[in-house]
Amino acid sequence: MPRVALAVVGEEGKSRRIPVVDYLVLGDDPHLVAKACRACGALYFDRRNACARCSGRDFDHRPLATIGTLRSFTIIHRAAPGVPVPYVSSVVELDGGGVVKANLLEAGTDAEKIDLGMAVKLTTFPCGTDDEGSEAVAFGFVPA
Amino acid sequence: MAESVWIIGTAMTKFGRYPDRDTVDLASEAALAALDDAGATMADMQVLAAGCLLEASAMLGQRLQKQIGQTGIPVYNVANACATGATAVRSALLAIKAGEADMALAVGVEQMGKAGLLGPAGQARAKPPGFTPSGRYGSVMAVEGILGTGLMPGVFAQAGMEYASRHGGVGFEQFAKVAEKNHAHSTLNPLAQYQKAFSLEQIMGAEMVAYPNTLLMCCPTGDGAAAVVLCSDARLKTLDPDVRRRAVKVSASVLTSDPYVESDTAQPDVSTLTKQAAAQAYESAGVGPEDLDLVELHDCFATAELIHYENLSLCEPGGAGDFIDRRGPWRDGATPVNVSGGLISKGHPIGATGVANLYEVATHLRGEAGDRQVDGAKVGLTHVIGLGSACAVHVLERAAS
Repeated sequence: MPRVALAVVGEEGKSRRIPVVDYLVLGDDPHLVAKACRACGALYFDRRNACARCSGRDFDHRPLATIGTLRSFTIIHRAAPGVPVPYVSSVVELDGGGVVKANLLEAGTDAEKIDLGMAVKLTTFPCGTDDEGSEAVAFGFVPA
Repeated sequence: MAESVWIIGTAMTKFGRYPDRDTVDLASEAALAALDDAGATMADMQVLAAGCLLEASAMLGQRLQKQIGQTGIPVYNVANACATGATAVRSALLAIKAGEADMALAVGVEQMGKAGLLGPAGQARAKPPGFTPSGRYGSVMAVEGILGTGLMPGVFAQAGMEYASRHGGVGFEQFAKVAEKNHAHSTLNPLAQYQKAFSLEQIMGAEMVAYPNTLLMCCPTGDGAAAVVLCSDARLKTLDPDVRRRAVKVSASVLTSDPYVESDTAQPDVSTLTKQAAAQAYESAGVGPEDLDLVELHDCFATAELIHYENLSLCEPGGAGDFIDRRGPWRDGATPVNVSGGLISKGHPIGATGVANLYEVATHLRGEAGDRQVDGAKVGLTHVIGLGSACAVHVLERAAS
């Protein structure tokens, strides 16, 4: 199975950007990529040995849609030290398949103003730098 | 059908904080009290199953034996997240069903101290010296709080809000009403960690942890132990009439794990395996949800209890909000749920929980629950969920007199 390519922008030693997880593809059109079971189509984001649904052993890489539906959320007020609060954690169903957890951004932190079932779209944001100046990039969702 | 298994003795410690005792002390107290309750001794036990999640590799069962009776019998040390205690009970029960034992002891214990609501995962993360993708997701850093939350209060909040997204009439207030009920119930249970009633306004106005779960809608950490003595049908017939009269039948013992669902990629599913366990338990026991006189279910968070009303078929599909609105799960309602105070107020020492809920239901079926007694209780159900996930459901019935 081919390894998911790390989308690294920039030359060696200069403004290196790296996805925070390997199922995020950066570049001009940031999107998520899943391992899709060749036998049943089940989607996964983690390293696979076989399919949890049908035990198939062959997988393809499938780029996923960048738009979807807000299926659930919670507003976190008590978190580990260093995690800014409040923030909104959400579960998003992507159009055409794939369910993913990520932060919901630009929707405020007032539960009354966050609509379950609303359309959302993928965005990216920097989430940290290491000692060598590399920038980690994460994904989240914003109201579409 | 294989012969029945009976609970002939059961006990629990008061849940709370015991900084001057250890897990072996707590397990000993519960085990000895359960043996006394059964009129039995360690010499009668042919198998021991011990559940303690945080000491899963530390031979709790054998250390317990070295305090209360070291008889050389087989010991199973069991871990299954928050279903640890119930899994220990089922391990002992299976030994009886298999004909290897006709009397068995199961003990669940935990000492969590003041671990904090978020547990070990709630620690600050170290800054990495250099980004190197690692692990099953090729991550370059800890992603808690960056890619949503995977900690318990938020995971169960999202499980509840997912239900709210699919069904009308469910919101912050319905979830809060669950906690209002369980705190109120706990005032009648002297073994509960907390015995204090709160108004709906106090619950909704408490510190927000993970919307919609406020602090008063989250179970506390704590210490405690519970134990049951199990016995085969054949052996029961040889026992003292007083033991037989107080015996409680285990009509169903079911353990499930979470089957594949598409949303597993976001977070573990706590509903499908509960629905499957409940269906198997009802079929095995030959009873339906309408026959239940009381239920002790896994209310680790108020959002969890609400969705389990439907998962256990205590309400109509989509009707969990209405069920709590019309006070169906209150002690005087259609199907009393968590009359012990539940995990939210009785407490949740992880390994003890799935044994303590059997203690609670058995005590009602024996008519010995004191002020909180559900009058005339004949059939009850217990349910626990270990996230990841494991689900255990037991159905208990009063001995025909």
